[in-house]
Amino acid sequence: MSGLDVWVDGVGLWSSQLADFATLREVLAGRPPQPPPRRPAAATLPANERRRAPESVLLAVEVAGQAVAMSGQDAAGVACVFASSHGDQAITDYMCATLAQVPTELSPIRFHNSVHNAAVGYWTIATGCHAPSTAIAAQRASFGAGLLEAASQVCSEQRPVLLVCSDYLGNGPLLEVTACTQPFGCALLLMPTRSPRSLARLRLTLTTTAASSTLDEPLASWRQANPSATALPLLARLAQGDGSCHIAAAAQLGLQIDMESVA
Amino acid sequence: MPTKMTPLAVTAHTATSALGSGLAAQLAALESARSGLRPNDISSAPLACWIGRVDGVEAVRLPASLQVWDCRNNRLAWLGLNQDGFMPKVEAARARYGAARVALLLGTSTASIGATEEAYRQLDADGGFSDDRLYPPLHAPHSLTAFVAAALQLEGPCLTVSTACSSSAKVFASAERLIRLGLADAAVVGGVDSLCDSVLFGFNALELVSHEPCRPFDAARNGISIGEAAGFALLERAAAAPDAIQLLGYGEASDAHHMSTPHPQGLGAELALDDALARAGLSAGQVDYINLHGTASQKNDEVEAALVSRAFPARTRASSTKGYTGHTLGAAGIVEATVAMQAIEHGLIPGNLGGDTPDPGCGAQFAWRSERQTVDVALSNSFGFGGNNACLAFARAGFGA
Repeated sequence: MSGLDVWVDGVGLWSSQLADFATLREVLAGRPPQPPPRRPAAATLPANERRRAPESVLLAVEVAGQAVAMSGQDAAGVACVFASSHGDQAITDYMCATLAQVPTELSPIRFHNSVHNAAVGYWTIATGCHAPSTAIAAQRASFGAGLLEAASQVCSEQRPVLLVCSDYLGNGPLLEVTACTQPFGCALLLMPTRSPRSLARLRLTLTTTAASSTLDEPLASWRQANPSATALPLLARLAQGDGSCHIAAAAQLGLQIDMESVA
Repeated sequence: MPTKMTPLAVTAHTATSALGSGLAAQLAALESARSGLRPNDISSAPLACWIGRVDGVEAVRLPASLQVWDCRNNRLAWLGLNQDGFMPKVEAARARYGAARVALLLGTSTASIGATEEAYRQLDADGGFSDDRLYPPLHAPHSLTAFVAAALQLEGPCLTVSTACSSSAKVFASAERLIRLGLADAAVVGGVDSLCDSVLFGFNALELVSHEPCRPFDAARNGISIGEAAGFALLERAAAAPDAIQLLGYGEASDAHHMSTPHPQGLGAELALDDALARAGLSAGQVDYINLHGTASQKNDEVEAALVSRAFPARTRASSTKGYTGHTLGAAGIVEATVAMQAIEHGLIPGNLGGDTPDPGCGAQFAWRSERQTVDVALSNSFGFGGNNACLAFARAGFGA
């Protein structure tokens, strides 16, 4: 099958254990991480938006901002693919609970924040980005499907693309079906050609299995607790600087990722 | 600006909305200026508005093997898949290319949130989902696409695009990239959105819902009418079907302005339009018909009418068809793509239903009544919350050669 080559110029990462990509390197080197503050800083957002935005948006904006800063790209011209398996679970819980009781009292702000593309909307507004932007979902394959969508934009349009994959934790009755017990978000700034900032080249090849590479603890448990953490095999290879991994891209489709470090 | 793309063949397409099931019902309604809107009879509590409800969804039964996916959105998807010989066309493509070489890319804004709402209305005594509601994949944004993947037995690249009201237009762009890069040989694209409390009470809370049937581009318009719909298209390389209608281009852009109101000068919409024309290798003067986003909200219609006036000559015809179907949200892109394709197939410019007293901002391009003329090139505009804009360009076979 055909393959796609993309260059990684930036990585963003935030979870209840990891403040950024550098912290993942610390964990993999056997050093216990310093947990980040409870809410992602999301410094890219203006202060008033940061107060209004739900935590799912703060998480996506935080990792997006980290990846763009590392890459040195101007976010205004970078196309965006924002993936999430569940969108904003707290708002879904709020909306379903309110609709079951007093539907006419639904909050307009929370409704407009409920759209799956809320995070990428806030991001493009904050960065003045007029480039194409999209929001996608693919159950527990959202990271792999998002990576395929982002890489196909990089290769077909020869432009930088920001991939974000994030899910905040669930609550209320919905948590029983999402089983998303920890927040996790990550971002990759992908380029069509090598730049002085490039960390690695990824060669992506489609396969006919959705199996994912095994992970050691604590990464294996983190992956279990959040569908966006299915990105961890790739993030770990990027942190370690070498190797190959396999991740799910759909129910019966996978991505073989062969990495060549250049940093 | 992008370079001209190689056109793709649209080898099958179908739509099911308040106008009826399948393309023939849609065409008949467009020809006779018959609206599918009716007073709201679906929300769990009263709400005075008009809706575009699809008849017969409640009676749809999914095959036993797909029963775990049962909900209104997936019943509507199944009803839509079974129109216009669409499923046999997909089966033929699967046989021809292999299941792993056919991509599935669907847009939706609601997915099956209606099933999650229902689960919340019927919580157990212990406050959890009742046992018959506990199928986790049903309560996620990807539920529609996962269901259709199972129904069509497709194993290629598969994802849900959920960018509000541009969702099922943007899937055409994703599909073109996958086929151009050789990651797929064909793609099923489309979208399904179904009526549920979330969208009815949500848009009502934003004061965007009209109490009357919506009146796109009318001077006295006062809001949208929400509808539901299912639509699908099959895309293949042009050589596979030299006589089929072609996807000539597409454009995508972001407003970077506001979460729920469009850019005042239509910046993102115009960027998407320019991108689509460049990819199609067209000038604006070559466009025969534009199916407008035209929601009947104050702001959208004002901004879009101004864009049509400054970008197109008077010979280009333009109309919104939301007065017929209502605003089908995540399904609007695909439904209106099929209207644009029917304009080419049947030489029909649908009249802009509901615009009885045209907004003075509308130019000579507007078709207030249906018109008959040859249509070689038709565009479809789709703009979503978050300032997410898409424009699709279709043409008669051979036009872009």
